[in-house]
Amino acid sequence: MSFAPDARCLLLDDEHYDLEDYAGATARWCTGCGDNAILAAMQRLCRDEQLPPEKIVFVSGIGCSSRLPHYMKTYGFHGLHGRALPVAEGIKVRRPDLHVFVSTGDGDCCSIGAAHWIHAIRYNMDMTVVLHDNQVYGLTKKQASPTSPRGLMSNTTPRGASLEPLDPISVSLGVANVSFVAQVVDWIPELFSGILNLAFHHKGLSFIRVLQRCPEFLPNLFDPWMHDPDKVLLLAHEDGILPSPAISRTYRRQENHDPSDLNRAREFASMADRIPVGVFYRNEAVPCYEDLRRPDKLYTADAIRSAVEAEFDRFTVWPGEPQEERARR
Amino acid sequence: MDGRKSKQSPSSRAVDLDQHVVEVISDAGEGAQKCGQSFASIAAAMGNGVWTEEIIPAEIQPPARSTAGASGIRVRIGSGDVCNAGDDADLVVAFNEKVLLGRMDQLAPGCVVLLESRWKEDPDPVIAASYAQTRSGLLEKGYRVYEIPIEAECLKHVGNARRGKNMFVMGLLCRIYGMDPDLARTQVAATFAKKDESVVASNQQLLEAGFDWAEEHLELRFRIPAPAVAEPRLVVNGNTALALGVMASGMEVCAMYPITPATSTSHYLSEAFERMGGMVHQAEDEIAACAFAIGASYAGKCAVTITSGPGYSLKQEGIGLAVMAEIPLVVVNVQRGGPSTGQPTKAEQGDLLSACFGSHGDAPKVVMAASDIEDCFYSVITARRIAETFRTVVVLLSDASLATAQQPFPRPRFSEAWLAPPVDQSPVPPRAQPYDWDDRTGLAERFVPGRPGGMHTLTGLAHDRMGHVAYDPEINEEAIRHRSQKLIAFQKTLKPPRIVGDQEGELLVVGWGSTRGAIEEAAERVRADGRRVGSMHLRFLQPLAPGIKATMQKFERVMTVENNWCDRTTDELVDEDNRRYSNLAWLLRARCLVDVDCWGQLGGRPLKPGAIEQAIRQKLGPERR
Repeated sequence: MSFAPDARCLLLDDEHYDLEDYAGATARWCTGCGDNAILAAMQRLCRDEQLPPEKIVFVSGIGCSSRLPHYMKTYGFHGLHGRALPVAEGIKVRRPDLHVFVSTGDGDCCSIGAAHWIHAIRYNMDMTVVLHDNQVYGLTKKQASPTSPRGLMSNTTPRGASLEPLDPISVSLGVANVSFVAQVVDWIPELFSGILNLAFHHKGLSFIRVLQRCPEFLPNLFDPWMHDPDKVLLLAHEDGILPSPAISRTYRRQENHDPSDLNRAREFASMADRIPVGVFYRNEAVPCYEDLRRPDKLYTADAIRSAVEAEFDRFTVWPGEPQEERARR
Repeated sequence: MDGRKSKQSPSSRAVDLDQHVVEVISDAGEGAQKCGQSFASIAAAMGNGVWTEEIIPAEIQPPARSTAGASGIRVRIGSGDVCNAGDDADLVVAFNEKVLLGRMDQLAPGCVVLLESRWKEDPDPVIAASYAQTRSGLLEKGYRVYEIPIEAECLKHVGNARRGKNMFVMGLLCRIYGMDPDLARTQVAATFAKKDESVVASNQQLLEAGFDWAEEHLELRFRIPAPAVAEPRLVVNGNTALALGVMASGMEVCAMYPITPATSTSHYLSEAFERMGGMVHQAEDEIAACAFAIGASYAGKCAVTITSGPGYSLKQEGIGLAVMAEIPLVVVNVQRGGPSTGQPTKAEQGDLLSACFGSHGDAPKVVMAASDIEDCFYSVITARRIAETFRTVVVLLSDASLATAQQPFPRPRFSEAWLAPPVDQSPVPPRAQPYDWDDRTGLAERFVPGRPGGMHTLTGLAHDRMGHVAYDPEINEEAIRHRSQKLIAFQKTLKPPRIVGDQEGELLVVGWGSTRGAIEEAAERVRADGRRVGSMHLRFLQPLAPGIKATMQKFERVMTVENNWCDRTTDELVDEDNRRYSNLAWLLRARCLVDVDCWGQLGGRPLKPGAIEQAIRQKLGPERR
């Protein structure tokens, strides 16, 4: 690594990042797509936290949601369908200095990448995972996803989806080492920003499911909830989010929920008619995989040399060496 | 046993030999492999060349006294270097007669059989009859059978002979082959180094009991003279050599999922590599292991993922991504019998073509193969270096026969040049592009996360020099050309492969991977009869080194010898239009436009030099006068 003899180091302190410092390519999502709201919230978070763009990596899989890294001016990794989480784990494991975000969709996370999702929660590595859940495959043009409501007419389910949807919140809350689970809806951006902030500061894997609209294929999916604020239940707590007076005027159905109460969180998750919004569960005490596996010594050339030589010693047959010396080893 | 006695009597009766093949066969769990490995280490310490081959049953606890459950080891000992497991066995120790039955076609004429005799008087008449029948069968075939009360002798020293018989047998072998008893005792201490002292002591006692029993009751004495060893040598198997290579290459992360026969590499790494500060990540599946390694490497920590055939298939999508996004990655495939679950513990070289061409689309990557144990070590270091220099995927092929084979090789002298450079975190110059391909070599500098000014989104989609998604087919084609160009540039660094034996003549035998020793030995035997045969072994399979075609043209005929399938021309429906060739033969025919024939065998075990010799002779035909 070279230290450039210019004034760059001195300037670092003065560096101030504006929103446009995080803006990458122009987003090409459909007008009205919930992904736009998530992107805006991400850029605001980076700006508010003044994160150096070179220390941020947005990792994604494949799908509409997974285009997000292209629209950030940070490092981005737009990889394989379903595999965002293991890639993100590999990035984070030996680079604790990097802030890792994962954008994944309901197909990416809950279907093709479901195994990785469950194990990612169990690894509990320090990263923020946002599930863009629009309950349909968009990029491949309207097929039912694992979170699609039963009966959904789609190109692969012309007579209606035959299975009950999988609930990402219940699944996440059921996995060992779960440490942060929250749910938001894309039509209440203020709550989303608040929760994203909590998630970012949470030490461990924070999982946020965003219920978002797909204006192209399922434009009316959330209409009943959007038109009737009483069908939204805010989970309020000082360890989660406390809705502002303005929000509380619209969303009057609120319940005090302590995010340390896992059983109660599971009850809220299985609520059928109302959409709970807020932090379901939060536990900072769960250890992170990268910390559990962090080596206790520096990985230097000298350390490698002495370790390798010691291993060679174990397997070496020495020529013409006095027998006593051999016996002592 | 008495060291002085054995030194005084180097046995004038001892038969001098160039080499001998010893097998120890038992039920699973009776320690035959530990016995053979330790015996091989003693022989190596004596200065002999050795090669071991493990005989592994498919199940963890197969039924006792069964042919399928035979678990054991073959140790070939030679005066000079030994480069393969040899032909038929010259001396076999069997813990019961049943485990021997599956090995009857592996016994050399006049083979010495040391048979555990306790079954002779077994209360179960069926067992006693089976023993008597097998014994007389062996004698009829001219084998020299020695009945040895292994368990009865062990019980004089320990309460449970099941866990001690192996060291008693090692004592027998040490006496028969005139090994230095002090070296043997030391080796027992090393073998049980992790156990407490009482375990070491009782095993040394059993070793001595075996040694003394042979001294008193057996007239068998063989001597395989060894030159004085001049340099320290490592005795490890192929998987441990791979693991040592990972450590010495400066890699930081190994991501894996358990799969036979690759897993023992990760067992060893989990212990030694982690102690050093490296990390073994046991992922939730093969796909995740590959993706994890890609993530670590993308973040500047070059990583390896180690697997075997089925796991390799699962990683193909990830390998394609690493090629497309130009992320360095080393993938080790310790091949086994395939396709599908195939024969997990058996040797086969069937994955060459899927290693070269397995991913969808045009995905150029480097494919190399290790040919012996030493090569397993150095190949990982080379692979890491190529992967990082050329920002590409390097597939390193080993196989089940190297995985568990032990062979001594000169102790490597550690070099810092083996290590990966530290992660570059310097600022990226303004307007630099993340895929600024050099037009001639296809190479471009890599922007690792953390480098100020280098922010870009890497993608598996077609992309331009900025890393932006390319919808334009011309930009896509330019990118494909540059990735292909990297392999061309790399190929320019390779040297023509060496030809062993005749440099021109009647037949060139070409091989790759673990078959090298057997091929060279076979070709040498045929040359001894005056036939003009050369052999060439390929380390790089993709790209192929220069000069291969020119070499082949110096010979009247060319054939590959591989441990994989090829259609037999003697089968009724097989002809030139439909014959499926062995993996390497396909490659060479396509690349060089030379009529390359092939000979292959799927015995599930390393090719024997004798079988190759026969194939060569058949290809050569009668000598022309």
